[in-house]
Amino acid sequence: MSTRDMTTLLLDGSGVERALSRLAREITEGGAIEDLMLVGIHRRGVELAARLASLISQATGREIPTGSLDITLYRDDFDQISPRPVIGVTEIPGNINGLRVVIVDDVLYTGRTVKAALTELADFGRPRRVELCVLADRGGRELPVQADHVGLTVEVGEGERVEVRVPELDDELSVTLVAPSEAG
Amino acid sequence: MNEPRPEFELGKDLVGLEGLSRATITGILDTAEPFKEISERAIKKVPVLRGKTIVNLFFEPSTRTRISFEFAEKRLGADTVNISSSGSSVVKGETLVDTARNLEAMRIDMVVIRHGSSGAARFLADRIPSNVINGGDGQHEHPTQALLDMLTLRDCLGRIEGLKVCVVGDVVHSRVARSNIFGLQALGAEVAVCGPRNLIPYGIEGLGVQTFYHIEDAIEWADALNVLRLQLERMETGFIPSLREYNRVFGVTQARLEKAPRDTVILHPGPINRGVEIDSAVVDGPQSVILPQVTNGVAVRMAVLYLLAGGAPGGAEAAKQESA
Repeated sequence: MSTRDMTTLLLDGSGVERALSRLAREITEGGAIEDLMLVGIHRRGVELAARLASLISQATGREIPTGSLDITLYRDDFDQISPRPVIGVTEIPGNINGLRVVIVDDVLYTGRTVKAALTELADFGRPRRVELCVLADRGGRELPVQADHVGLTVEVGEGERVEVRVPELDDELSVTLVAPSEAG
Repeated sequence: MNEPRPEFELGKDLVGLEGLSRATITGILDTAEPFKEISERAIKKVPVLRGKTIVNLFFEPSTRTRISFEFAEKRLGADTVNISSSGSSVVKGETLVDTARNLEAMRIDMVVIRHGSSGAARFLADRIPSNVINGGDGQHEHPTQALLDMLTLRDCLGRIEGLKVCVVGDVVHSRVARSNIFGLQALGAEVAVCGPRNLIPYGIEGLGVQTFYHIEDAIEWADALNVLRLQLERMETGFIPSLREYNRVFGVTQARLEKAPRDTVILHPGPINRGVEIDSAVVDGPQSVILPQVTNGVAVRMAVLYLLAGGAPGGAEAAKQESA
């Protein structure tokens, strides 16, 4: 019996690019960009942040500093995961004190990753303002967290999940809804 | 979201590098990489070991290793207690196991042990459910020292495989030498030892290492020298005639290094006896990576603590059931 998952394409490559262009415009218009820094959450958030930074740079002619956060060491379920996960790169370019920081991630779900990212970011300094930008918001929050900039809002049923693919890691740019097939 | 670690086989404890696979050792070194960055932050602390209690049980004097472990523990958010043999119940005749069981009764999670007897770390690891990390036991192993040596070599030469590394000096009494031999060989390096004949263990060729009895030959051969500290008490016990003679025959000097066919990388586990096993000019020279070794020591120990904390699946639980 095949156990292939059912996948529904929500955004193809050009759809994701359009969504990112809109998000870049929103971020540019939503506040000052002189002190803007984008921080991507490992791993796909990092790639999306790089794309947003280059879109904003093209539109404004200004280099946007871009960093990355790996929140593994700040997870609240660390005691429950074994073996230990591989830790990615955390790199914050320069001092974040007084900056406008936009955290970028692929999917917003429980909000626990964002909470961990906020805690980690605070160990680097005190930004003037922190915003959250996600490509897909799928609901299902377990913490009071909301995004300022959302590419796509998805209604998700029981057991379904939203997957973002980026060319750097997955050989394509897309957002899909994956439903596990019924057993048997 | 994070992929599981491939072929990783670290158990409850880190007693030595002997028998660890290439994948496991490489995994520890790779895990150390992201931990380097934490020590560069304004706030040098992550909460990953929050609530864990770690005991540093040091039966031998140590400054660098103990402080390095303590920084690593604190930067991961753990609570630490230091116990040294002087000023503890050890001087009142308590056995190692009784000391450890009493600590267990106070609900600790991990023990870092430094002990004068070879095998002390294994002995303890087999008897308590806490994770045990060997901080040096007798003449057996000092795994975290070898790991930081390898991380430093990899940083400055880009690889371990195929490197020629020579351990120089008092090899016979050295746990650092043994751990380096096991670790470097697992990663595909060639290892040699060099020193006076009475400080090279009989039959060490059986470990697959070359031996040199002239420092000039070692320098000619090696990409890197790991210069061991000459323990000064060796002179009193008759192993060497005088410190000055040792320096004249086996000292790593600028003049000797200048004849090397390449820029030999110089490592030293410390503490250094300047002018005995190594000259001041070499210690402070451009080929020395002695201080990067110290910096890497904290990152490597953070990685080991991170990987062991909570234990491998079933590791700590199995030990608890055995001891119950």
